[in-house]
Amino acid sequence: MRLLEYQAKSLFSDYGIPIPKGFTSTTIEQGRKDASVLGYPFVIKAQMAVGGRGKAGAIQKCHNADEFELKYPEIMQKVVKGEKTKAILLEKMADIKKELYLSLFLNRSKRCYTIISSSDGGVEIESVKNQVIREVGLGNIETKTAEEVGKEVGLKDKALSQFVDILLKLSKVTVEKEAELAEINPLAVLKDDSLLALDGKVIIDDNAMFRHDELREFQEVSELEERAEKSGFSLVELDGNIAVVGNGAGLVMSTLDMLSDHGGKPACFLDVGGGATTDTVYEALTLISKMKKVKGILVNLYGGIVKTTTVATAFIKAYENKIIDVPVFARMSGAEADKSKEMLKGSRTKMFDTIEDAINAGVIEVNKSG
Amino acid sequence: MADLFELLVGKEGEKDYKKKPVIVQGITGKFGSFHTQQMLAYGTNVVAGVTPGKGGQKLEGISIYETMKDAVNATGAKISIVFVPAKFFLSATVEALEAGIKLLIAIPEHVPVKDALTIVDLAKKKDAIVIGPNTPGIIIPGIIKIGIMPASPFKPGRIAVLSRSGTLMYEVSHNLSLANFGQSICLGIGGDPINGTPLIEAFDRIRDGANIDGVVVVGEIGGDAEEMLAQHIIDTKFDKPVVAYIAGRAAPKEKRMGHAGAIIYGNYGSAESKVSMYAKANVPVAKRPAEIPMLLAGKLGKGRIK
Repeated sequence: MRLLEYQAKSLFSDYGIPIPKGFTSTTIEQGRKDASVLGYPFVIKAQMAVGGRGKAGAIQKCHNADEFELKYPEIMQKVVKGEKTKAILLEKMADIKKELYLSLFLNRSKRCYTIISSSDGGVEIESVKNQVIREVGLGNIETKTAEEVGKEVGLKDKALSQFVDILLKLSKVTVEKEAELAEINPLAVLKDDSLLALDGKVIIDDNAMFRHDELREFQEVSELEERAEKSGFSLVELDGNIAVVGNGAGLVMSTLDMLSDHGGKPACFLDVGGGATTDTVYEALTLISKMKKVKGILVNLYGGIVKTTTVATAFIKAYENKIIDVPVFARMSGAEADKSKEMLKGSRTKMFDTIEDAINAGVIEVNKSG
Repeated sequence: MADLFELLVGKEGEKDYKKKPVIVQGITGKFGSFHTQQMLAYGTNVVAGVTPGKGGQKLEGISIYETMKDAVNATGAKISIVFVPAKFFLSATVEALEAGIKLLIAIPEHVPVKDALTIVDLAKKKDAIVIGPNTPGIIIPGIIKIGIMPASPFKPGRIAVLSRSGTLMYEVSHNLSLANFGQSICLGIGGDPINGTPLIEAFDRIRDGANIDGVVVVGEIGGDAEEMLAQHIIDTKFDKPVVAYIAGRAAPKEKRMGHAGAIIYGNYGSAESKVSMYAKANVPVAKRPAEIPMLLAGKLGKGRIK
């Protein structure tokens, strides 16, 4: 689960990491009240789980009430890389001398947390230069390590001691909340050499959520995602018009790749889990029917233990019950493939022997329908 | 270091050669009992099950014990396969390792990272091998199946398959079998960020198997396991053919693609990064699963001419 900036910051604040004064709202009425308490100028920041907000105009300075009336609704409507604004954070501007980068992340291959810091923060991590990288254990990091990192990014005196304090607290957040990533970027050094977390990004291990009821209030899943989760599916919504369904994450990713290679545009990634039954496939089709942009459905199932006829039954039922009205292009390996082709004769589900054939037919037909 | 093949197959002349005993943890659950039947049908020597509260009962003629200690004492098994829900994963696996299990196949999905790390650490201390979590398991076609994979895709042969994905392992093995490339072993690394046996370690455990002509590595986006393996292949001058596949080229950044481990942060975990490292190691990367047997045939052909 990726926390939004304001959520990450509230977590930081709970642990004593300094953050700018700010208010979060979802309506302009509340925003106006926040603005009057905060006082101009301030920054209007779209709350969305994606990087590159600044470049996309989803973070803007605001100097007066006239500007506010224009910018608040504009930013509320923003969509960046497919992510919509979930809320608006109004935040006091700071007197910045320098922008640092600081993060702790779970290093998978080294099986420990790793600190990354830099004196050149404020840009996305791929572009951060002069990275200081330090592998630490699984517990809280030691003061000595934090000091060494602080010195390596060129800090001294007051700024250094504040940096150490913040890094130790960030480590505590990471360990206690079972985060895979806790990032402050930029971590600003102000004119008076004090430090301030201007942005925050925290990703919590979803699988550990059963131990963290206190984080549940931050969980924002769409209705569709929630329904998918209940069925034990994983769903990622994408921008295109062909829904991609399969059993097993790797197989569905692979199908997504091949569809994109053929010029198709995936509307979603839907993994129904390792097995496939009439019920799971029917439920998957029901979920997809709620996505209006879908013009066709591509199904890739590796049968194995399951009979293909079981799945064919789901397609027939879905059309009969008018759950779906778009064409389905299905490939399913496994027992009784001929029988299921026979069952689906005359229906809008076409069965193919290979996924490549299913993709070709799907892309052509969906493009034809516009 | 514990030897994977020795644990799975044993040595000729041993009483349980090719019939190594296996304990099923969580044997009475829907999933556990179904796959116990499937494993038995394949010929796997399942000798005991463990479900707290059901000790003394039987399933498919197999005795169920209260604890792992009881089951290990009664059977002498060194292999266990775990089917318990993720919440109980840690306690079940600690119990298994404490009881003397040396090869633990961890099937559950959704295990917290912290719990996986704890088990990895304990396994190291106990000189035990953990496969998974979130793995389909291991199969040596024709000899032993410890996992949830269907039997039909696999055929005995001389190609090793390592995979981070379950169904892709079946799909790829099926394609290999059709092309007459049988498999000497197929091992699911698991789709989680933390693997009991990471890709590079799995590779080291199978690379010197006398019965291996080549290795197929089925990877996906997320982490840097493929990059590290590529470097390892270069460093150790591995000279048998290796062919790779990477799922998730079209995946957006910072979205978890079904598997907990399949997520790109920045360039960390991207398909491009993996493909370019494989290129340095002279490992061809298939664009689609169906291409793998062709690439392998190409590589093996070259090897033979030499």
